[in-house]
Amino acid sequence: MAVLALPEISPTRVDLLTVAEMVEPGSRVLDVGCGDGALLKLLSERRGVDGRGIELSQAGVNECVAKGLHVIQGDADTDLVAYPDDVFDYVILSQTLQATFAPRTVLEHMLRIGRRAIVSFPNFGHWRIRTHLTFRGRMPVTETLAHAWYDTPNIHFCTIRDFVGLVELVNARVERAVALDQAGHPVRVNAPWWFWNIFGQQAVFLLRRG
Amino acid sequence: MLVRRGEHFARRCEGEEAKTWGANPYFAAQLGIFCLQEPSFGISNDLSRAGALCSSSERSRASPMTTRTLTPAFRLSEVDNPSSLLARFGAEDPLRLDCGVDLSPFQIAYQTYGQLDSRKANAVLVCHALTADQHLANPHPVTGAQGWWTTMVGPGRPIDTNRFFVICTNVLGACMGTTGPASTNPETGKPWGLDFPMVTIRDMVRAQAKLIDRLGIESLFCVLGGSMGGMQVLQWAASYPERVFCALPIATAAKHSAQNIAFHEVGRQAVMADPDWRKGRYIEAGTRPSKGLGVARMAAHITYLSEKALHRKFGRNLQDRDAPTFSFDADFQVESYLRHQGMSFVERFDANSYLYVTRAMDYFDLAADYGGVLARAFQGSATRFCVVSFTSDWLFPTPDSRATVHALNAAGGSVSFVEIATDRGHDAFLLDVPELFATTGGFIDAAARARGLPAAASERMPNDASRERASERAEEAPAISATRVGSRR
Repeated sequence: MAVLALPEISPTRVDLLTVAEMVEPGSRVLDVGCGDGALLKLLSERRGVDGRGIELSQAGVNECVAKGLHVIQGDADTDLVAYPDDVFDYVILSQTLQATFAPRTVLEHMLRIGRRAIVSFPNFGHWRIRTHLTFRGRMPVTETLAHAWYDTPNIHFCTIRDFVGLVELVNARVERAVALDQAGHPVRVNAPWWFWNIFGQQAVFLLRRG
Repeated sequence: MLVRRGEHFARRCEGEEAKTWGANPYFAAQLGIFCLQEPSFGISNDLSRAGALCSSSERSRASPMTTRTLTPAFRLSEVDNPSSLLARFGAEDPLRLDCGVDLSPFQIAYQTYGQLDSRKANAVLVCHALTADQHLANPHPVTGAQGWWTTMVGPGRPIDTNRFFVICTNVLGACMGTTGPASTNPETGKPWGLDFPMVTIRDMVRAQAKLIDRLGIESLFCVLGGSMGGMQVLQWAASYPERVFCALPIATAAKHSAQNIAFHEVGRQAVMADPDWRKGRYIEAGTRPSKGLGVARMAAHITYLSEKALHRKFGRNLQDRDAPTFSFDADFQVESYLRHQGMSFVERFDANSYLYVTRAMDYFDLAADYGGVLARAFQGSATRFCVVSFTSDWLFPTPDSRATVHALNAAGGSVSFVEIATDRGHDAFLLDVPELFATTGGFIDAAARARGLPAAASERMPNDASRERASERAEEAPAISATRVGSRR
């Protein structure tokens, strides 16, 4: 799971605001890979949710607990299996899918544990990444993907179209999807997937079981 | 003189090491032994002589309050007439035990720190571990050592006695004033011995609940404790969910593992194999199974540490000599340390109590009371939990804590969980582990806000400098209770 160190909502994490908008006020939420709890805090303050978190890093968990959030130290890959079915309204995985060992299994667990799943991830099909790879011939290091290939926690990159493929594979339905550009603004809403796949730097999906 | 040698040793220990081991009063007291220029003690030789040595070292550290002579008779006087607050429960108010016996009369010895607020909403119950007692933040009346949890409880500490009313009871079956096998059986006028009924963790908690009732406290703000204390915390949360606002089980498990039962059995057999045990009637016989109990403690103490901590602290260093003696003397520091652990323990603890309390832990299996499903123990609970484990704890390893966390999740409970990285083993919960205090402080403060309790007067210890200030303040902590300690009831 990615170790996310966010002092507050940083410009590179505008996806959190998009995620927060997708959550119905007052619902029960599990944030998988909750980092320092920025999203959980946002959700509890702005949406009045009953939030829980899972975070891999001890530093992250300590920060969360010190903020009064209910967070357990754990790993998305191994610990979701222990949760019973349907205990949450939303299970959120923000910028963490690409860091899991088994993204498909994680997504399936999310859809089992929660009535809905919200997933945000960096789009590896973004035009800057494509040009970087094409012209420089090296793995891209960008604002949102700030690690060199040899020390990155991100082991399962995908593009927006790849993710849509996984959604179909696990029989989930896309209720909403938003692609965000470099500035964090939504890419044109009614554009086709291929357009988003080029111009979306990040994507946020609201899913439910099919 | 002895103290000065002890301090000299502490200074000799390098940097962090000395501070951290020295920070715990028990360890600090125990480390003093290395500086005694006495020959090493053969365990089969004369434990009581060695014990007297330890006690003199401990006495010299004691506050002026505790200058009594450390004799078996004095320790025994704590059993029926403790230097603590005391709640007596008469024939009209028996304690129904899990084994089916109604225990009556019985008494609970306890200590309190801080003030109960007008709403009686700020009470914190600390549950002690196997061989600890109610004297968590004041000098021990028998050994004179500092309280066992002054790092956690005191003014400005995570459990801030300026904000909370802290209660700690001696557990049922123990030997510091609450009824146990060393107490006088009212029917015979003699010590209970093995006639004392078997007690369980749930019985301990039932007894504590009776005291909380008597104090007129409807709901506890927090119940916390480590090891066996953590078992009581889990039992409290399961038995009385509406009476526990938040719960902090540390380095514990919802059931005692086969390996832990095995270690306990080794300890019990060591006690029973001592001819001075006299089938449990050693008090009347005027003997003490010190050798057996000492060995039990030595074995148990290994399980409280970690291989890494032992290596870091002692390695293969020799004790006050340059070469091995080619004998069974305590050539190695680690041997001397363990022997001292055993010897100082028998000074303050009753052998039969050790049998009973270890047995209570063995019997603990919270899920068993709920059809084998741990989650059912916490179903519908509104208690806020914070579960803590330590990476190097092999007595209550992290998977034990995770099992509790998973059960709480399955029950829809509010739970936080932190695994703290440390190489100090199970005893880490008693030591100066900043991560533990940060977690505890954050959790307690958030829960206090949720309960509408006043916030801390000043922000808690953001850096080391203010932590030191806090520890200076903690030095004053015993003053709160000293008056209580003196007043027997």
